[in-house]
Formats: sequence, structure tokens, C-alpha cells
Amino acid sequence: MLKALSPAHDTSTRQAVIAVLVENEAGVLARVIGLFSGRGYNIDSLTVAPVDEEKQLSRITIVTSGTAMVIEQIKAQLDRLVPVHKVADLTTEGPHIARELALIKVAGTGEKRVEALRIADAFRARVVDATTESFVFEMTGATDKLDAFVALMRPLGLVEVSRTGIVAMARGPKGIYG
Amino acid sequence: MTPTETLSGAEIVLRALKDQGVDVIFGYPGGAVLPIYDALFQQNAIRHILVRHEQAAVHAAEGYARSTGKVGVVLVTSGPGATNAVTGLVDALMDSIPVVCLTGQVPTHLIGNDAFQEADTTGITRPATKHNYLVKDVNALGRILHEAFYVARSGRPGPVVVDLPKDVLIGRGVYQGMPSTPHRSYRPVVDPDPLAIAQAVRMLKNAKRPIVYAGGGVINAGPEASRLLTEFVHLTGFPCTNTLMGLGAFPASDPQFLGMLGMHGTYEANLAMHGCDVMLNIGARFDDRVTGRLRDFSPHSLKIHADIDPSSINKNVRVDCAIVGDAARVLAALIAAWKADPTKPDTGALAAWWKQIDLWRARDCLRYRQDAAPNAVIKPQHAIKRLYEIVRETGRDVFITTEVGQHQMWAAQFWKFERPNRWLTSGGLGTMGYGLPAAVGAQIAHPEALVIDIAGEASILMNIQEMSTLAQYRLPVKVFILNNEYMGMVRQWQELLHGGRYSESYSAALPDFVKLAESFHAVGLRAKSLGDLDDVIHEMLAVDRAVIADICVDKHENCFPMIPSGAAHNEMILGPEDKAPYGAAQPGVTEEGMVLV
Repeated sequence: MLKALSPAHDTSTRQAVIAVLVENEAGVLARVIGLFSGRGYNIDSLTVAPVDEEKQLSRITIVTSGTAMVIEQIKAQLDRLVPVHKVADLTTEGPHIARELALIKVAGTGEKRVEALRIADAFRARVVDATTESFVFEMTGATDKLDAFVALMRPLGLVEVSRTGIVAMARGPKGIYG
Repeated sequence: MTPTETLSGAEIVLRALKDQGVDVIFGYPGGAVLPIYDALFQQNAIRHILVRHEQAAVHAAEGYARSTGKVGVVLVTSGPGATNAVTGLVDALMDSIPVVCLTGQVPTHLIGNDAFQEADTTGITRPATKHNYLVKDVNALGRILHEAFYVARSGRPGPVVVDLPKDVLIGRGVYQGMPSTPHRSYRPVVDPDPLAIAQAVRMLKNAKRPIVYAGGGVINAGPEASRLLTEFVHLTGFPCTNTLMGLGAFPASDPQFLGMLGMHGTYEANLAMHGCDVMLNIGARFDDRVTGRLRDFSPHSLKIHADIDPSSINKNVRVDCAIVGDAARVLAALIAAWKADPTKPDTGALAAWWKQIDLWRARDCLRYRQDAAPNAVIKPQHAIKRLYEIVRETGRDVFITTEVGQHQMWAAQFWKFERPNRWLTSGGLGTMGYGLPAAVGAQIAHPEALVIDIAGEASILMNIQEMSTLAQYRLPVKVFILNNEYMGMVRQWQELLHGGRYSESYSAALPDFVKLAESFHAVGLRAKSLGDLDDVIHEMLAVDRAVIADICVDKHENCFPMIPSGAAHNEMILGPEDKAPYGAAQPGVTEEGMVLV
């Protein structure tokens, strides 16, 4: 019998977008975060909000990175938490959409202010607050698009950025239960 | 009770415990749990065992749970009561022992105010438990308590804390009985996937050098799992080894048993693990004490891993066939599939494998040299061997608990466990002070049985106050101390790995254990040399009271075989003759390994 090349020796890391459906109860987020810190896993981003008031469910989207074995561990560890209903690895379970929302404050006058507005328009960022010397842009999109926009704003008077982290969902008709 | 009838929170607690079939709880009172103690006072269905420290309450509940297969129950107060219990909770978590721990809490309106004896118990115990609850509504109390018992005993068992604010215990509410619907989110898989079973049987049928490696999961799955394991091993003719947690899952006297494996396991078990071509792991977790250096662990084998906890699979060791399920159901399925599969196993190869194993066995790795003169120093191994032999002659049902260290490993090596649930030891956490309170729990559960705590003189002092519990409940527990005046395992590591610099490992200023026993209303005995040993053991067993037997043993004996941390199975130190001379590097010991515990 031939033994397959063991992935235990695969030390390359990948990023994973994991969706977790949990009971909306006190302490559930602490359990998830505690699991990551206690076992030394990375959290690149984490978002959480109630998604079903009637059934009292919340959905957590975690972006993490690690070797294939570590990602498998993370999923198994999440799945055995008592208030967890479902764990889905969106990265491996087919194509998915990942979106982030950012608020970006830029201050400046004159040519820089005009340039910021022109780029915002090209990126389809919306102006949600304006003064004579500042804008707050609201922008939704993939992480790299937001990164690119923020980088362009830096020389134009970037003051601060607030980002939600990724929310994600599988493409196609099926829900998280598959 | 009509649906509208109300009970106090404390009454609901006792009602739920009763409905769960609880007849004994281990605890210690305090301000926040006084309402429960008041309710306990007014009933007779549930017996309360008063321990002398909350850590001991949890260990006693563990001893009760492990020796009966039932959930152990603990009741402690808020603040220090809860924090003292934490070591016991982590111990139960690491060894997968079902425990429900009820903790008192300050009233809900004071939570977060740094009130007297307030601690963030759910925060502190979150990583120390399988799950925990803070009850804020008396009407939810019944439901939560039943859920706590379900979570503690289902899937991979573990400790569950239910934190009970005092106002919830005093307030009145409606009791919700045992739930009739399954849990909303927690439903562990217990039935194995038939495809995985078929794949495993194909691998096992084609094996030339197989081994069965069984752990505590088999014990936790109930005595039927141990019976099925024995049946499967006999059916296949394969060799079988047990982990520290699994001892008793397979009869030690069986010719197919290779003994315990791992750091202080037998030569034959470890070399068979190293050299096998197919490994079947049932209910064990590839712990670092078992695997040694991971990259050299059983390098040429196909590995099958059956575990009820999917997160145990592929955690440390990548396996070729994963089976998620309860050990008893997995074994039943393997037996059925093995019988149904027409493939003939390679009996020639298996016979050659057994021949190899017998050569390893012939090394007699557990041998020790005991001078036979009556005034000779007692070897600790010999003390346990004689204790085992003399106890066996009595034919009594015996439960062995241990503390942690050399004595624990010698007990694991020299006691021959024929049945499950008779061996209670702290494996994962390695908690010194475990054995005496665990013996309290085992003796409460089995009043007629012989319960022996095989201890070291250092460990026993960590929960020595429980001698008082033995006296109060007239528990005839035997504390058998292998007294070498050292924290023996620390001393051994310092000798082998730290150049013989015995930093702080000498047990200075020890009490006189005979007088100590007497002051706790127990019997104290001492064996100073070989000539005293058998008499002390006979007397210890004859006395129908708690006994401390202080066995003065060789101060410098080391526990062998030993696989140093970070070494591979085939780099085992078999005895003093394999030990490097002072100053020289110990073979198998690397810089990398020195970092490991």
C-alpha cells in the first residue's frame, strides 16, 4: 500500500475565511477568541453580528492563516464549542464573495482635496461626511481594493481609517448548512 | 408539581441533581452557596461529602466519576472557592472526566463591582472547562443544569461549571425538568462512518506488523468498550499496548498485552510502535509523552485513528484513516467488518512480528535489582510489586489512585490492571496532590472495595488535609508512600539532564508520617528496610481504617525505561547502564529536546 505524501510535512501557510454560525449568547465571542489566543492561532480579521433574531443566531466571519493542518485544527476546535452550530471553510468549499466596509477620513484643501474626490469617484467610494477641509468616504469592496484606495489617500491627507473586517458568503444557491 | 408551582433556585438545583440520578456531591460551603447548603440540610436524597479544600472536591468528584462511569458533582462557593477548584477542572479537562461543578456567585446586581468573594468565574474557567454557564434567571436554572450534565457526559466528556448568583438561588421560579428534545447545537457524532471502518479493516487485514494502541477513550466509553477491545485483539491476534489513561482497557495478564507505551513505557511496546506497519489508535490522542520526537514517531506505519473528538485527529500526528465515533461503537463495527471481510490476514508475517516482539520482551525492561537481605534498602519497584502480589492474594476489588511522579510511573508499570475504571491517575495535567482526594471519591463510590493511593512523600503533602475527610467519613483508604526524600522525577531529570545539580528537589523538613497519620485519627506504619515491607503491607490491609504506610525506599532509584523528551522511541534509556557518565551528553537528548517538558 502506498502512502500518500503526508501533508504534515507541508509547512506552507494559506489564508482561510471561516464562517461560524453560533448561538447568540453571552460569552460566545470570548470562547472563539479565547480559543485562538489559547492555542496560538492567528486572527487576521473577525466580524460578528446577529443574523437571525428569531432563532437567536449570530454569524462570525474569521480570516485566519496557517498550515493546512492548523486550519483543519481550527475548524475542528471551533466545531466542538458547545454553542457552535456550523463551521464552514469558505476558502475551500467553492467560490465565495468576501467584502469589507471602510470609513476613510481625508483632510486637505486645494488640489489635494480635488484629487482625493476624483479618486474616490473612480473607486466608487461615497462621501458620507464633508467639511470645507475634509471628507469621510464610505467604501465597500474586496480587501485589496480597500487597501489600494487607502494607499492612494495617504499622500492626499489621510487622517484615519476604520474597517469592519471581512464578511463572506459562498456563491450559488446553497446556504451555510449546504 | 403543577407547571405554575414555584421553587427556590436552591430547591431547583437539588431537584435537578436528583433527576440526574446524583446521590453524592463533594463540596465546601461559603457565603454565596448558603441557600444550597440550607436546602441540602432539609433533605436526605443527596449526600454531601465535606472536603477540606475545593481542589480536593474536584479531584474527589473525578475519582468518583472515573471509578463509576457517572458524572461527578462538585459544589463550591464564589471567589476563592471557585478559583481553588480551577486546578481540578483543568485536570478533568485534560483527562476527559465528566464533572459538573456548581459555583456560588455574588448576586447579579453586584457582578462586576469587585464585591466580597467575587471572581469572574465564567471568565477564569472558560479555558478550564468543556463549557460553562452563568445563570441569570431562576426560570432557566433547571434547563441549564440538565444541559450541563448532558454536555459533561456526551462526546468527549469533560468538566462543566454552572455559576450561580446568590439572588438566583434565593429567588423563586418554575423548574424545567429533563429536556425531551436534542440539544440545539451540541450533538457529537458517536456512530462511525462505515466507509472509514471498511478502509481501516482493509489496512488491518493487509498488515504485516500491526499494533493496537488504546487509550482513555476506551475507558470513557464504558466497560463494554473494554470487552470489545479484548474481543477485537483476540480476533485479530494483534499485539496491544495501552496509554497511561488506558490501563485496564485490556487485561494486563493477557499474552497479547505489551504493557504501557510512552516515555516510561515498556521496551517492547515502544519498539513495536516504532517498527509497526499499521497502527490502530483507539481513544488516544498521540500525546507528547507517547510519541516522543514527532518526526521520528512510528515513521513507517499507516495510521488509523478512532476518536470521539474530531479535533484530536490530525492534531499532532497526521493519520491515514480517521474514524470519528464512540470507542465501543467503533470496536463493534471493526469486529463486524473484520469478520465480514473475506481477505485472509498474513498470518506468517504476524507470527514473524510476534517473534520479534518476544525478542524485545526478553530484554525484560522492567527488571530491577532488589538485595534480598532483610536489612536491605527497599527498591520502590519492589514495594509496588509486593503490594500488588499481596493485594492480589486477598482477591479484593481494588482501586489504585496515584499522585504524580516516579511512584506514579512505577505503579503504572508494575500494577497489572485486568479491568477498566480501577486506575485513577492524573495523566494530562500531571497534578501532584491528585491521589488522596481521588481516593476519597473512589472509596465513597465503592465502600466495600480496597482503595489505595500510591503516593510520593512530596505529592502527598499537596492535599494532605484530606486525611481529615477520611477520618470524618471513616474511609479506610490506604496511603502507600514511596518515601525517597526527593521529588523523585525532578531529581531524576536533574541527574540525567542537568548535570546532577539537585536544585530544590530535596524533600527537606518532612513530617513524621506515622505521627501525622495518628494525628488525623488514622494508623501510621513504617517500613525502613526490606524485612519490614511485607509485614507493613499485611497490616495495612488488615486494618479497617485509613492508613498511611511510610515506605522508606532507595533515594536514588530512577524510573526506567525512559525516553528523554524530544527523543524517539528507539532512543530509549533502558537502565542505569545506558546512562551517560556525568558531564557526557545523554544519547537522544538534544538542545531541541531540552526545551520540552
